[in-house]
Amino acid sequence: MPSGLLRLVYAVALTIGLATSLQATTLNIHNGGDPSSLDPHKLSGDWENRIAGDIFEGLVTEDINAEAVPGQAESWTVSDDKLVYTFKLRDGIKWTDGTPVTAGDFVFAFQRLLNPETAAEYAYLQYPIKNAEQINSGAITDLNELGAKAIDDQTLEVTLERPTPYFLTALTHYTAYPLPKHLLEAKGADWVKIENIVTNGAYKPVEWVPGSHVSTVKNENYWDAANVKIDNVKFFVLEDETAALKRYRAGEFDFLTEFPTDQYEWIKENLPGQAQVAPYAGLYYYVMNSTKPPLDNIDVRKALSMSVNREVIGPQVLGTGELPAYSWVPPGMANYGEPVYVDWKDMAYGDKLAEAKNLLAGAGYSSDKPLKVQLRYNTNENHKRIAVAIAAMWKPLGVEVELYNTETKVHYDEMQRGIVEIGRAGWLADYNDADNFLSLLRTGITHNYGRWSNAEFDSLLDQANANTDLKARADLLHKAEKIALDDSAAIPIYYYLARNIVSPKVTGYANNAFDIHRTRWMSKAE
Amino acid sequence: MIRYSLKRLLTAIPVLWIAITVCFFVLRLAPGGPFDGERPLPQTVKDNLAAHYNLDKPLVSQYLIYVGNVAKGDLGPSFITEDFTVSEQIAIGLPYTLKLGGLAFVFSIIVGVSAGIYGALNRNALSDYALASLILAGLVVPNFLVAPVFQLIFGLKLEWFPVGGWGDGSVRFLILPISVLSLPHIARISRLMRGSMIEALNTNFIRTARSKGLSDRAIVWRHALRPALTPIVSYLGPAASYLLTGSLVVESIFGIPGIGRYFISAALNRDYGMVLGTVIFYMVLIMILNLLVDIFYSWLDPRVRTQ
Repeated sequence: MPSGLLRLVYAVALTIGLATSLQATTLNIHNGGDPSSLDPHKLSGDWENRIAGDIFEGLVTEDINAEAVPGQAESWTVSDDKLVYTFKLRDGIKWTDGTPVTAGDFVFAFQRLLNPETAAEYAYLQYPIKNAEQINSGAITDLNELGAKAIDDQTLEVTLERPTPYFLTALTHYTAYPLPKHLLEAKGADWVKIENIVTNGAYKPVEWVPGSHVSTVKNENYWDAANVKIDNVKFFVLEDETAALKRYRAGEFDFLTEFPTDQYEWIKENLPGQAQVAPYAGLYYYVMNSTKPPLDNIDVRKALSMSVNREVIGPQVLGTGELPAYSWVPPGMANYGEPVYVDWKDMAYGDKLAEAKNLLAGAGYSSDKPLKVQLRYNTNENHKRIAVAIAAMWKPLGVEVELYNTETKVHYDEMQRGIVEIGRAGWLADYNDADNFLSLLRTGITHNYGRWSNAEFDSLLDQANANTDLKARADLLHKAEKIALDDSAAIPIYYYLARNIVSPKVTGYANNAFDIHRTRWMSKAE
Repeated sequence: MIRYSLKRLLTAIPVLWIAITVCFFVLRLAPGGPFDGERPLPQTVKDNLAAHYNLDKPLVSQYLIYVGNVAKGDLGPSFITEDFTVSEQIAIGLPYTLKLGGLAFVFSIIVGVSAGIYGALNRNALSDYALASLILAGLVVPNFLVAPVFQLIFGLKLEWFPVGGWGDGSVRFLILPISVLSLPHIARISRLMRGSMIEALNTNFIRTARSKGLSDRAIVWRHALRPALTPIVSYLGPAASYLLTGSLVVESIFGIPGIGRYFISAALNRDYGMVLGTVIFYMVLIMILNLLVDIFYSWLDPRVRTQ
């Protein structure tokens, strides 16, 4: 189309858009940071996931409770050995430009994700697929060796490396979204530019002003468009949470994805029922460098862990009531049941302190010869409050703590290089499985910052992941968790909470353990 | 004048080159890289990212590649916001910053100069002191405090203006951020103006004008204003470069998509391309503004021209 004509069409479309927008509903979401991209293979943050999950959809998708439900696939079958998944795509599903979404688009996307040249940060989430890991590491160079095949346009067959109970949940993740093969082949890297991009989700992106907002409009080609109630969504960039709360109060935002914790009391009182605080599958913890004295001594590690008064961190230090963590795996992980708790969980705090003192004395530390440790955290008001509180809790034991904070990039760079005695870290679940957390303590992986290593623990995880029986697998994982806790591999501190503020005008929102709230399920009363 | 300007611009090139060089190497001394974060990347992914951005090459060849590209006018890719190059991001953010900063600049001059003249004409009167204290408050209270207070009072309580955002770019969205941006400049300009106006009013040629029986208005407007403006002009260069490069605080509190925030966020993210891009952009801008100020200066004060 000549560009002049194109402009005319845009102008007309815009006028029509403006006219209809008079009665259209717009959901204004305070989304925090700017997305780094709209390309699902280039994402890593929850603020990016909020946009990506509205504009793309995988074989399965999240329902209002973030549980996996059919998305682009209408149904699937699983072979008896739990290795082969055969997905049947819905009839008539289309990209926003009208091209049909085919099984080939999924295969293309999986191959691109795992192709080392793409350098997708989260590619490892699809490692359950056969040969995925070898392709991603460059050991296999033929992308067609990947265990994802299009049988015909509407049938996709995915073969796994080994039975993986959480595979369907992993397919809801943005690493499993299809990509418009026809567009990527035509435009190359420019496919993702806002004027080119086509998507297959409930919404399509129409505008992106970096530093301000990403706008999306309802996708009329979406298979369930009849049930999508909100017409436009604006994802606002605003790092200042206090300013965001003010804009919410002025009615400029309908949905805040974070709020300043020190104003929680005020919010509860003045905006009753609007703050949504719910357990989130994540763990806030301290690592201890177990390769070097003094923390190579298990009694020292145990004394430090025991003497952290977790009960006051959430309610008093943070003020939002985060739940104290006495296990390594947060409660509520699928097929796992109750996690294992440290055996001193229910002791009175005074007894814990006394026991901790004994342990330190046994290790040769006293008021004459105090234990000196450095505690590192990345610069942040809440991390600082917690570090100061914990240093104060350790003081009665005669522990001298040096607090050391650096900006985030430096913090993680140094932690990965093992330059740490005690360091802050946090982990949010990528998929609904206990292995997600236990793997953090495996020998030799970069994010095992404390370098804790236990051969039996590693072998239990391997055995568990090779086991097809869910019950037996959970037992093995429980055993591994117990070893880590008995050995005080690290200091679990609290389980994360998701913090949202949702306007009373918005319905179709439900708290869930992954803090995923797709606009597709919501509606807004004007 | 044209020859002078050209000469000035030519001498700017080596200065720019030195700045790029220092900045390039100092940046790499900082621990942590663009791809370090809460989630460590698998080594293969890290290697591929490094190769994609030429980070796997020796530092010196990276430097040569970069300088070569800059010479061709290409500021390269952003390491963090991958969908936009550095130039694209600056091009998108610049109009917002220019509009906001430009209006704040004009507003600061008008209000600051008027307040200064008023103070000079009513010097040591109660109204002079009252105005001076009010204006000085704008200088001493930092903008990260003024901004939320303004949002609270004028946005939330009185509902005169939107609390934040750019909206359609209309005036009501701009008034609060412009006020916050202008306050310290109004204070400085009005102090400078008051002082230089008092000085000008005490000079011999004003005394002559007075003895001729000219009205106060004619004295101020026709004779005293021009010489009194000279110190203001020398302040306008720094003020303009400050306002036109955007403000992290105002942009992040009001949610304005300008370029001020890149200064800080790019450095924290180790977005090497973006940091160098902003440094180059700001240096060029500041050099041009200083040149304009010097040209304006010579127009204002004929003695500069004859030297």
